[in-house]
Amino acid sequence: MGRVVIDVMPKPEILDPQGKAVVGALARLGFKEFAGARQGKRFELEVEGEVDQAVLDRARQAAETLLSNPVIEDVVAVRAASDQE
Amino acid sequence: MTSDSMNLTPEQRAALDTVEKAATTPDVEQPWAALGMKADEYEAVRKILERRPTGSELAMYSVMWSEHCSYKSSKVHLRQFGEKTTEAMKEHLLVGIGENAGVVDIGQGWAVTFKVESHNHPSYVEPYQGAATGVGGIVRDIISMGARPVAVMDPLRFGALDHPDTHRVLPGIVAGVGGYGNCLGLPNIGGEVSFDPCYQGNPLVNALAVGTLRHEDIHLANARGNGNLVVLFGARTGGDGIGGASILASDTFTEGGPTKRPAVQVGDPFAEKVLIECCLDLFKADVVQGIQDLGAAGLSCAFSELASNGDGGMLVHLDRAPLRDSTLAPEEILMSESQERMMAVVTPEDLPGFLEITNRWDVEATVMGEVTDTGRLVVLWHGETIVDVPPRSVAHDGPVYERPYSRPEWLDARQADTPDRLPKPQTDDELKSLVVTMAGTPNLASRAWITNQYDKYVQGNTAQAMPDDAGVLRVDEESGLGVAIATDCNQRFAALDPYTGAQLALAEAYRNVGVAGGKPLAVTDCLNFGSPEDPAVMWQFAEAVRGLADGCQTLGIPVTGGNVSLYNQTGSTAIHPTPVVGVLGVLDDVARRTPSGWKSAGAQLFLLGTTRAEFAGSEWAWSQHEHLGGLPPQVDLAAEQALATVMVQASSDELVVAAHDLSDGGLAQALVESSLRHGVGATVSLEAACERDGVDAFTLLFAESAARAVVAVKPEAAQQFTEACQAQGVPVVALGSTGGETVAVEGRFELTLDELRVAHERTLPEALNA
Repeated sequence: MGRVVIDVMPKPEILDPQGKAVVGALARLGFKEFAGARQGKRFELEVEGEVDQAVLDRARQAAETLLSNPVIEDVVAVRAASDQE
Repeated sequence: MTSDSMNLTPEQRAALDTVEKAATTPDVEQPWAALGMKADEYEAVRKILERRPTGSELAMYSVMWSEHCSYKSSKVHLRQFGEKTTEAMKEHLLVGIGENAGVVDIGQGWAVTFKVESHNHPSYVEPYQGAATGVGGIVRDIISMGARPVAVMDPLRFGALDHPDTHRVLPGIVAGVGGYGNCLGLPNIGGEVSFDPCYQGNPLVNALAVGTLRHEDIHLANARGNGNLVVLFGARTGGDGIGGASILASDTFTEGGPTKRPAVQVGDPFAEKVLIECCLDLFKADVVQGIQDLGAAGLSCAFSELASNGDGGMLVHLDRAPLRDSTLAPEEILMSESQERMMAVVTPEDLPGFLEITNRWDVEATVMGEVTDTGRLVVLWHGETIVDVPPRSVAHDGPVYERPYSRPEWLDARQADTPDRLPKPQTDDELKSLVVTMAGTPNLASRAWITNQYDKYVQGNTAQAMPDDAGVLRVDEESGLGVAIATDCNQRFAALDPYTGAQLALAEAYRNVGVAGGKPLAVTDCLNFGSPEDPAVMWQFAEAVRGLADGCQTLGIPVTGGNVSLYNQTGSTAIHPTPVVGVLGVLDDVARRTPSGWKSAGAQLFLLGTTRAEFAGSEWAWSQHEHLGGLPPQVDLAAEQALATVMVQASSDELVVAAHDLSDGGLAQALVESSLRHGVGATVSLEAACERDGVDAFTLLFAESAARAVVAVKPEAAQQFTEACQAQGVPVVALGSTGGETVAVEGRFELTLDELRVAHERTLPEALNA
């Protein structure tokens, strides 16, 4: 069983209200060393068998058409999960 | 060189387009066309400045002279709203057209501000955020008048219910409207949802907001007082929606062509909620001289409008603007449409008090510059002058086009194709099944699937909301003083005859308010049309504006503000003209409003108004025969006025228990809706009305003649009510009485409420949950 991990982030120029709320809360709770925060999402897709390039290509296709909203989000990573994950 | 400019690297300084540089390099190629400007507009800018504009100046002129911000195609027609407003009509008007929103006196020292705007194109590109920021934008207009926003409404239009694009945009748009409004804690008290293939690929998302204030709290957008400070507060400026105003809102979506997908704006309703409370505290502390919200065209608009409406000069340090993205160029900062921002003019003495309040709300505030008496808007970037313009030339003296318009040739054929040839139901059984079918058409079916996603009652002042005819809000908790608001437009009527169609939209909204017991006072409009470069569309626009302005004059209620949205089309196909009209009325006590549903048995039912065989543009012709032709129902504004007068008085005197205006789907639909509201049926007889008006049962049930309502009257008040109708010259005829678990049409058919409910309520869930 293989696993593909996909990371989706709001586009850099787009407002990220969740990230803004997080960075505000960090400071309030004493984590003053963090100047900014952006919050995205991570998907894990399971496949029968190995994760090869063809699977990664299909996963990217899925990521760009279904898992992300291309108007406001970027797919920043599509990769095979390592054994430790 | 000033010390400020030391902050720029030599490369940055070399790349910066300053006024000084522009004066010495007249021949630099500039991207005016890519910014949506026409060659003659660019030449006009060069003439105003007597040199080429800098990049930042070009950015400002291009967004402020876009159709969306300058109204350059519509201005010559919109003047009628001012010209046809008589002194008498201004009686209740505290602030008229031209400000962020109109303000209406509703008595007892209270005022109400309301306005409807469009966010059509952004909602097509990104349904959720487009609709959400549409709500956010109109709410900021209300705040900037000094009012507390108290409710929103949303007139929405989509393609055919079974079309894939409707399924793509509808769930997001509805969730966006609900999400943003619910987070702000604002009840959504009504609006409309309409489906028509003409909106496929171009949905309409209009948003109306209402705010309340005391007379003395009115604030205006102007920058007066030499030396007063210009303060930007709220969210930081980012790269969102850059050029949205000029490129996104003023260009047509070309089918098959490359899709323009500029960065859309993402809203943060919680930030806006904080901004609302912060602004209200600022107003209360009296530390604001002038205020403006930032919407389309962002800082370009705020600087130039504030300066232009005030003493005429302003000096700002653009590099002081707090940024989300430090790499933004000055042109981008000027054009950014980042949400949840406001700009205020504050005296130096008031600044500490101002900042104390913004600090308390954790709202970032930055002194950007000051009001001057130079007559120039000067923008500095790290000490270098990048903008030096007369502000009026940006904000108010933009291009004005007398676009050619002509009545489209196809209209004669459309008007000649009357619905007379359509097969009508012949038997009572056919009539019966038609009532059931019509109750479930996409345009007549229950809107609960949509409106249940909105919070209708938050804040506890909603006296009435969807599915009633008008939203009713309490303004004063002691006296019960309140307002009723309705928005309406049947785009098919406007497609058949835009002059009459616009008046019918006005008449319907007016009637809805009157029937609910509100005395109509003021109008806001959102005029959604195709491309003004098409003479046929321009003619539709001109006719609709003329119809609306004439109608308002006849009814004696002024247009207080609104919005024009052009270029609503896919390829060369324009949407039907869609002049959405919102009417606001006042109730002395919202407890005496008239709801639309029957609550108990034994009330006597009366039909007010005259029914004619008017089926052109009707829901029956469209839904059963896909027919759109003929001339729309006739408008009789005197009859509308008489009807409203009777209903406002009867509401106030508590003679009536329920009333429903007749519009889409006619009498049959009103009977269905009034009975399903609380599960109380009725027995009616059509004969007397048919005989008086010379129409058959089918016509009485389904025609869409205007100036009609079905009213449930307390039995002991029946005589007083009919006399009141007669005194006003409103035709009145007894229909029957409420009660039972069926809608029974004597001598013809009987339908159980259960079967009507299934037909009425299943359409939207079945189509949208799939």
